[in-house]
This record gives sequence, structure tokens and C-alpha cells, in this order.
Amino acid sequence: MTESVRKLPPKKKNYSWRSQEFRGKIYQVIMIVVVAAVLLTLFSNMASNMKARGIQSGFDFLNQPAGFDIGESLTSFDSAQHYWVAFLIGLSNTLRVAIIGIVLTTILGTLLGVGRFSRNALVRGFCASYVSFFRNIPLLLQLFMWYILFTEVLPDAKEAWQAGNFYLSKGGLSFPKPIWATGHLTAVAGLLVGIVGAWWIRRRAVAHFESTGQVKSMFWMPLAAVVGGAIIGWLAGGMPTDFDTPKIGEFAVENGGALTPEFLAVLLGLTVYTAAFVAEVVRSGIASVPGGQSEAARAVGLNRNQEMRLVMLPQALRVIIPPMTNQYLNLTKNSSLAVAIGYPDVVSIANTAINQTGRAVESIAIVMAVYLFTSLATSFFMNWYNTRSAIKER
Amino acid sequence: MTYSFTPITPRPSPVKTDGIVPWLRANLFGDLKTTIATVLLGGILLWLIPQLLDWAVFRATTVTNADACRATGVGACWGAVIEKHRLIFFGRYPFEEQWRPFVATLLMVGMIVVSCIRVFWRPWLAAMWLAGLAVFFVLMYGSVFGLSKVETDRWGGFPLTMLLATLSIGMAFPIALLVGIGRTSKLPAIRAFCTIYVELIRGVPLISVLFMASFMLPLFMPQGFSVDVLIRVLVGITLFTAAYMAEVIRGGLQAIPKGQVEAAATLGLSYWQTQRKIVLPQAMAMVVPSLMNNFIAVFIDTSLVTIVSLYELMGSHGLAFNSDADWRPFKIEGYIFIALIYFTFCFAMARYSAWVEKQANKGRMR
Repeated sequence: MTESVRKLPPKKKNYSWRSQEFRGKIYQVIMIVVVAAVLLTLFSNMASNMKARGIQSGFDFLNQPAGFDIGESLTSFDSAQHYWVAFLIGLSNTLRVAIIGIVLTTILGTLLGVGRFSRNALVRGFCASYVSFFRNIPLLLQLFMWYILFTEVLPDAKEAWQAGNFYLSKGGLSFPKPIWATGHLTAVAGLLVGIVGAWWIRRRAVAHFESTGQVKSMFWMPLAAVVGGAIIGWLAGGMPTDFDTPKIGEFAVENGGALTPEFLAVLLGLTVYTAAFVAEVVRSGIASVPGGQSEAARAVGLNRNQEMRLVMLPQALRVIIPPMTNQYLNLTKNSSLAVAIGYPDVVSIANTAINQTGRAVESIAIVMAVYLFTSLATSFFMNWYNTRSAIKER
Repeated sequence: MTYSFTPITPRPSPVKTDGIVPWLRANLFGDLKTTIATVLLGGILLWLIPQLLDWAVFRATTVTNADACRATGVGACWGAVIEKHRLIFFGRYPFEEQWRPFVATLLMVGMIVVSCIRVFWRPWLAAMWLAGLAVFFVLMYGSVFGLSKVETDRWGGFPLTMLLATLSIGMAFPIALLVGIGRTSKLPAIRAFCTIYVELIRGVPLISVLFMASFMLPLFMPQGFSVDVLIRVLVGITLFTAAYMAEVIRGGLQAIPKGQVEAAATLGLSYWQTQRKIVLPQAMAMVVPSLMNNFIAVFIDTSLVTIVSLYELMGSHGLAFNSDADWRPFKIEGYIFIALIYFTFCFAMARYSAWVEKQANKGRMR
């Protein structure tokens, strides 16, 4: 028992201007005060302005009947329904175009990005000129061009272009739609079971490979499980095969499912534009993997396919994912431009609501909240995926 | 010992590796897969390009007569663009006075070109910009030197696009610099404020920021104090751009090795001295290419202000075609025309940015 633990001398509190710590605190206090003062002034100005102009405030207008129709929605909407329903439909339209757009953009952008490394000069040149062409023209302009293409260049509904049971005309794209029956429900259930089964089979195969070194099918068997599950479900549900096929009517293409020209223009515009950026992201990701990696992969006897899947892609993905997240977010935010060509997304609904009720502050707040929420949700998911594909260091 | 000379059969001459045929073999018809790709893609292009050329060049007409354009078999009607070019270029600016925005735009483009040349990267460049912008405003707004007064709501077309892009970049840059430094600061309140600002702005689309600027900014001002719509929009774009630029700058700041800051502290430099003399010069050199990308994005994004009814290039196109029943069918020619303008500028900026990047990397290349 010698000396007890020596205590550090208590930190000297230094309240002089010479202390960096103290100065930092002062700066922060000053900043907080200034920011608070500015915000307070702005909001008190706003309150008095709104009072002076007789603008009512509050979110109670959401419970009033909307009084306008929405051109397209997943569920039916009429003008007697409330504003909040209208906003929800706007949100669903935004999400619909954003999610489909993200999927299509990823496919197209990846193809274009990989195409930059093709040995075929024509493919290389095409991908490069695609990127520099579509990146350098404003998205809004592209949307207008697509919209004109759909509404003026395409034929009238009577002379719609036909491919099988698909019709393309000024009225949009009509396609056969399966008539809903219990068989579809069981097919979806079968598909879900198949996916779970596929995941389990693949896990088993990987574990088997890692413990014994014997390769079992890691792709075809799981795929068979997914497809098989869906088919068994469909068979069990009584094999519904009825389709609601569109046909050319008096004024429009009738029946069947339909996509409006507005939706198609927004979707195509967003996809084509964002794909150019995604292509660049993919290209720089692949280019960031040192050439030695590819040579080493060939040296240990991997074929081109395995080399891509096991060596190049896992390394490239690490570089690709963060900027890719940004592109997805950009696509979602850019879908707000749909307001310009009359696709009823959430911004367009808010715009109508502002014109009808004058609740600008509330409507804009709702729009911002929607996009903030979507952005945060997307970056949350992508961060999770990113940590999964990041380097596992000991 | 007798030797009989029997020459071995000569080797075939090596396969030619230069010239057209080997190039084709290596790049287009190497194996079955590339051949198929070449035939498919080449076929599509061979089918598409002649049709486009036929429409845009061979069957096109340049007569400024809508009826002649409507005749069957006529392709693109460039007459529409010729007829409307003043309106597209200058918007609602008074017709007789349009030499003023023309000169102002030339001045602006001239200043941008000068700023891109390395020899001119001197302190007086900033002074030139201030003087140039002042001249720009005098020319556009008038009401002095015998120039008639033109209110900002009549400004439009390309000069407005240039003005919005340059001013918002110029004003966003200092904000972005401060916010970028703030996000890497050790003081929690400042860091939190900067982070909230950047994430809030980056989470919402530019349109909603513009809506907010045009609907809510007037409400935020004291009573009886109105803000010009041009200024409202400028504030919106500037705040939006600054958040994105701040992120780019932060990327550069974080890439500076810690040893640099520590070394500066050892030498007794203060925080701001360290930032100014050690950190920023290195960080800025690193982020110049990304900043250039930001500039291109701002230039392109100015097209959105047409949604809050400012008549820049996109908006003046609408002015020219939307309300004119004769020419409305030839809107698409107008779109192609302004697409060309945007493309030319952005492509030039992208090439320039690639050049700058190469210059910046010269020191690192061995």
C-alpha cells in the first residue's frame, strides 16, 4: 500500500479572452442569440403580416373538402373528399414515379456505365455521348420535350400504335390488366414463400461451400424456388387467366390498365436524365478498382463472370453507393418538377391548395416535410446497405 | 562434311496491328458478341440518324411563315425560331431597347471567359467583376445616362439566366465557405447549426425552396416592405446552392491531413490564420472540379425559376410560343434551340473543368 491514485489537479476555469475554450463559448452564445433573434423577428413579422392581410393560419383546412379533382390517382378521388386525402394521393403519386424511376434508372445507368468499358468502340462512344448529352440539358426542358412528344407527336387514340395488346397513343399507354381473383393472392403468397425459401437455400449453399469447398448451385436453385413458389400458388388458387384487355373505342382506348402521358413523360424524363448521372457514378466506381485486382483475379483462375462478381463489384460498390444514394435522392426531389407538366404529385397538390385556400406556409411546410422524410428514409436505408458492403476490418 | 542449305519455310508476316482493318477488328468485330452489339447498335443508329437529319436539315424550312411550315412534307420549321428569336433571347424587355441586354450579356460572357484564363487570376479580377456587374445593372435597369428605366419584371431571356447563375454562384460561395468551415468546427452549437442548415436544404427540392422564397419571403419582411421578385428568387437559389457547395467544400476540408493543422498550431498560428493560410488553399485546390460541377448545376437549375414566373430562357420560350396559336405547333423547334444554348454553355464548362482538374493534378503526376 504505497501511494493512492494521484488525482489530476482540477481543471482551471479560465474566464479570460485569452482562453480558446472561453472564446469558443462566447462565439457560440453570440451565434445562438443572433439566430434566435433573426428567427423571432421573421416569425413575428410573418404573424403581423398575416394578421394584417387577413390570412388565416393553421392546419385545420386539411379537414375541409378539397373541391378539385385529381387527374390520376391509385384510388378514386372526388372533389368532396378532404384536403388531407388529396395530399396523400399527391404523395402516393410522387412515390410511385420515384420508386419506379429509381429501379429503371439503376438498370439503365448501370448498363451505360459498364458500357464505357466495352471493347466495342461503338458502344463506348454511344455511352459517352449519351452521358454528356443528357447531363447538359436542363431536366425541365427534357420533361417538356417528352411531354410534347407524348401529347403531340404520338397518334390519336383511334390510330394508336399497337403491339399485341399494348396500345400507345396521345392518351397514354394502355395494357392488359389481369382481373383480380383469389388466384393472384395465392400466387403472391407463393412468391413470398418462394423468396424465403430461396434465401434459405442460398444460405445453405454458401455455408456448404465455405465448410467443404464444394460448389452448390447458388443462383439457379434459389431462382427455381422463387418461380416455383409463384407457380404453385397460382395453380392452387385456381389458375385465373382472365385479362381486362384494352381496345380502341370511339374517343379513347378503353378498358385495361392505363398510364397517362403525364406519368410516362415524368417517368421517362427522370429516368433518362438521372441515368446519365448514375452512369458516371458507376464508371468512376469501376475505374477506382486498381487494374492489378482484375489481373490477380484472372491469375487465380476466376473467369470473367466470377472476376466481376467476386472481385471487381464488391470493391467498386463501396465507391459507388454513397454517390448513388445522392442520385436516388436527386431523382426523388426532381420528381417535384412534375408540377410543370401537370402530373398531380405532392407539389402540384400543394400548389392547388395554396391557390384555393391561401395557406402557403402550411402547404409548403407539408411539402418540405414530405421530401425531408423521404430523403431521410432513403439515406437511412442506403447507409444500412453501405455499412453492409463496407470493408470489414478486424 | 557437306552442308546442304535447306531454308525453313518463312513465317507468315505478323498480323497488321495498325490501320483501319485491324482497328475495326479490335474495336467493332472482335468476336461474336461485339459483332452482334455493333450490328444492333449500328443498325439502330443508321435507322434513326438519317430520319432525324431528314427532319432537321433536308426537309426543314427557314421561311418565317407558319402556313408554309404546316404544309405536308415539311420537316423542322426553323422559321419559328428565326421569327421568335428576339423574344426567346430577351423575353419581355422593350423591343427597341434590346441592344442593352445584348451588350450586357456580351459583357458578362466576356468576363466569364477572362476569369477562366489563368494569366488573369489576379486580385484585380474581383474588382473587374464588381465593376462589370455594376455596368450590367446600369445597362439593364437604366434610368441614368439617358437610358430609359426598365423594371426588373420585364427582364428576361438569356441575360436573366446569366444574371441568376452568376450572382447566385458569387453570393453562395462565401456562405458555403463559412458553412463548410462551420461543419468541421469543434464548437458544437456552430457545427449543429451548419449541419441543420445543410441537411434541411439538401433534403428538399429546389422548387419548394423557390416557392418558399416567392410566397413566404414577403411575409417575413416588415410590413410595408416589399421585395422584388428577382431578389426573392435570387435569395432562394443562393441559399440552395450554398448548401450544396458547402458539402463539397467540407469534403475538401476533411481530406486535409490532421498533421497540417497540428503543424500550424505548433507554429503558433491562430484558428483563422490556420484556415486561411494552411487549410483552405489546399482544400480549395482539391475541390475545384467538384465546384465546377456545382456551377454547371446552378446554371441548369436556373431554368426552374420559370415555375415561379420569372421569364428566363425557359420562361421566355413559353412567352414566345404558348400564347401564339400560329406558332404553337413549332414549340419543339424552340425547345431544341434553347437546349442547344444550354448544352453549349454546360459542355464548355465541363470541358474547362476537366482541363482544370488535369492542371491541378499535374503536380501529383510523376
